[in-house]
Amino acid sequence: MNAGTPDGSNAHTNDRTHDVANRGLSNLDLDAPATPYLDSNELIINMGPQHPATHGVLRVILKLDGEKVLGTECVIGYLHRGVEKIGENRTYTMFNPYVDRMDYVAAVSNGLGYCEAVEKLMNVEAPARAKYIRVILTELNRVASHQLWLGTHALDIGAMTPLFYTFRDREEILKIFEKYCGARLTTHAFRIGGCQYETYAGFEKEVKNFLTYVAPKIDEYEELLTTNRIWLERTKNVGVISSADCVALGVTGPVLRASGVKWDLRKAQPYAAYSEFDFDIPVGTNGDTYDRYLVRVAEMRQSLRIIEQAVNGIPEGPIMARVPKVIKPPVGEIYHSIEAPKGELGYFIVSDGTTQPYRLRVRPPSFVNLQALNRMVRGLLVADVIAVIGTIDIVLGEVDR
Amino acid sequence: MPNFIMSYLDGSVRGTPGEAGSQFWALIYVFIIFTGVSVAVMAMNWLERKALAHFQIRLGPMRVGPHGLLQPIADAIKLMLKEDIIPAEADQFVFWIAPMIGLLAAFAVYTVIPFGPSQAVSDMNIGILFMLGVSSLGVLGIVVAGWASNSHYPLIGALRSSAQMVSYEVAMGLAVVSAILMTSMNASGTGTLSMIGIVRAQQEQGVWFIFKFFPLGLIAFVIFAIAMIAETNRAPFDMAEAESELTAGYHTEYSGLRWSLFMLAEYATMIAVSSIAVTLWLGGWMRPFPNLLRAPAWDFIFSLFPGLTFVGLAAIALVGVVRMPVHSFFRIQRIGLAVFAALLGLIALLLLTIAVAGRSVDTTVAASSVARFREGIDHVYWFVLKVAVFMYLFIWYRATWPRYRFDQLMRVGWKVLLPISLGVLVVTAIVGVIVS
Repeated sequence: MNAGTPDGSNAHTNDRTHDVANRGLSNLDLDAPATPYLDSNELIINMGPQHPATHGVLRVILKLDGEKVLGTECVIGYLHRGVEKIGENRTYTMFNPYVDRMDYVAAVSNGLGYCEAVEKLMNVEAPARAKYIRVILTELNRVASHQLWLGTHALDIGAMTPLFYTFRDREEILKIFEKYCGARLTTHAFRIGGCQYETYAGFEKEVKNFLTYVAPKIDEYEELLTTNRIWLERTKNVGVISSADCVALGVTGPVLRASGVKWDLRKAQPYAAYSEFDFDIPVGTNGDTYDRYLVRVAEMRQSLRIIEQAVNGIPEGPIMARVPKVIKPPVGEIYHSIEAPKGELGYFIVSDGTTQPYRLRVRPPSFVNLQALNRMVRGLLVADVIAVIGTIDIVLGEVDR
Repeated sequence: MPNFIMSYLDGSVRGTPGEAGSQFWALIYVFIIFTGVSVAVMAMNWLERKALAHFQIRLGPMRVGPHGLLQPIADAIKLMLKEDIIPAEADQFVFWIAPMIGLLAAFAVYTVIPFGPSQAVSDMNIGILFMLGVSSLGVLGIVVAGWASNSHYPLIGALRSSAQMVSYEVAMGLAVVSAILMTSMNASGTGTLSMIGIVRAQQEQGVWFIFKFFPLGLIAFVIFAIAMIAETNRAPFDMAEAESELTAGYHTEYSGLRWSLFMLAEYATMIAVSSIAVTLWLGGWMRPFPNLLRAPAWDFIFSLFPGLTFVGLAAIALVGVVRMPVHSFFRIQRIGLAVFAALLGLIALLLLTIAVAGRSVDTTVAASSVARFREGIDHVYWFVLKVAVFMYLFIWYRATWPRYRFDQLMRVGWKVLLPISLGVLVVTAIVGVIVS
């Protein structure tokens, strides 16, 4: 019964972490001699890829001094499916459903970005009605994505109940998606050149019903959290990132806006029909977890505003532009980006004039935003790492692609 | 009938079985309490899942038995049948003994919990001290479990929870002391540490200590109520087993029966600390307004409460029977629930009969033992009811609040609760001296 030799397990952990260090990928000094287990000052802990709060298969190597975080190292790729490579081997039309599998909680946004990128490459414009349908579905998806984020983020911080509230209301959005295109999550709602499906009978009414239904529900989430003392203590001044750091790291989306930068591609470079709607860009001031929470909740409300205007002003007309059956964009390259729920989602497509892209590159917001994790959590505690991973709002399908 | 049984029934022996020197009755009580607490933990398990589910717009367990009533039993069987895994690198013996320590500490506390003036295993004259001492032994089980698992997350969980428990015990102890000070507010000026004595003191002074020296008693009670959540590692202070951070904290490596022992210990401790709170501040076994409404008629009305409670429960079960969908799938469930309702009704009938029969002030041995039995039921009923309110609060907190961060928890413990409880203690002492 010799319990004093737990060094074995420590060495074991180091073996697992060394593969990262040996490839020169680590910013942590993992090669430092392993100190004995119980009287060591630094502890290297492996969080994930199987961990309840890393939102999928993110693996974070934490270097701890007690509970204080000295540094982190994200190890990604556990969900890598080679989406970009697949894109080179599929026709433009065939690749469309694949993009839904990147950020699977905001599949509609992914589809919108891809379709618009290809349309821009082909110099085609979707008809007005299609643009409106796109805006309605995309904004609904933004609300759904933020709801999912809010529920899981609150769960990470220990509040169980908001998760069920948000999932209940997200369900209503998914029902609308299901009625529109048959799928709830990976919708494949749009086609290059417009939309394949006309809205179903009663679509406008159902969307309006949803708007009146969900507005008080958002107040309900806020009632549970916004002024909750523990919530404030857990999120205020946690994971602060300055606007300069955000810009330097390429961070976009609510994380950037919470730091005080008023940058939203829907306003900055209007796409689809966004230039026709009246909405505000909510911004924060401190760039902490609480501000990011407020920004996202405010964004949900703004999305509702956009949807309301779009549903009321939806024009009649065709939903599909004139596009050839076989899509063969001219030789050239294009970068088109949209404001996905998580930030700037960009598609860079190089066409060699054939039916398949020569190169397809995705600029995923989650992947870029995840870079900020290390900057945000240094000096915080383990519990804050969880809160910060949640607040960045990553989807591993998009990080790894 | 053996003499020691008769002596207890005819009322010639008063006090707790331990006090009366009757090993037999003490053993019977130990058995009853052990079984009762285990059953209560199972019921609590079901209630927590059900109540939490309803807080969260879910249904909770619905499949095993009507409305999931048999779920805890199914869970228990599942846990017992599970493979017993001890990690290869763990310290086998310590790993094995850790849940036992936790369980022992949790159950040993019940030795001195007074469910009634004579419904306790023993009336130790240092009861409250014993209770605090033994219940803090529970932390040993957790630390040892975390250490023996030989894994990072359990170790952090164990360290967190030991730091947490130790720091909250200070505030908790001071709050308890201010309640004990109040027991000495009598003619002779002698206080008591005996759990039964504390309730008796509240009876003599005619006030629950929560209302004594308002708001001093209330503040001390609130501090205790907060500290006891931290002490039992429950939300929002469930740092030790913070699922989102440490997967499962100190019992990450535990599974099956061993894991269930930890759960049993946790819930038993919850009931135990709630019992302390009830004893110290909420008048223990006393019914509401024992001094204000002291006429025999009121006595009788209040003695109907246990029976009426079961009537209510039976009614709820009956409503469940009626509302169950008419389908052959639900036939067995419907019958089961109806049987359950009938069982509750039967208990209600029994309790009501006892309440009515025990009303007579006959002097025959049989009648007076029924009256004493009725009294005992009343005491246990009011005590359990008060504890149940705390149990519900535990669930409510869990559904409502996010989790504190470890340093914030420590700050609350040391910088907020400790100074306040110290202040309350001093002020209580001063006020006590002035008043007497």
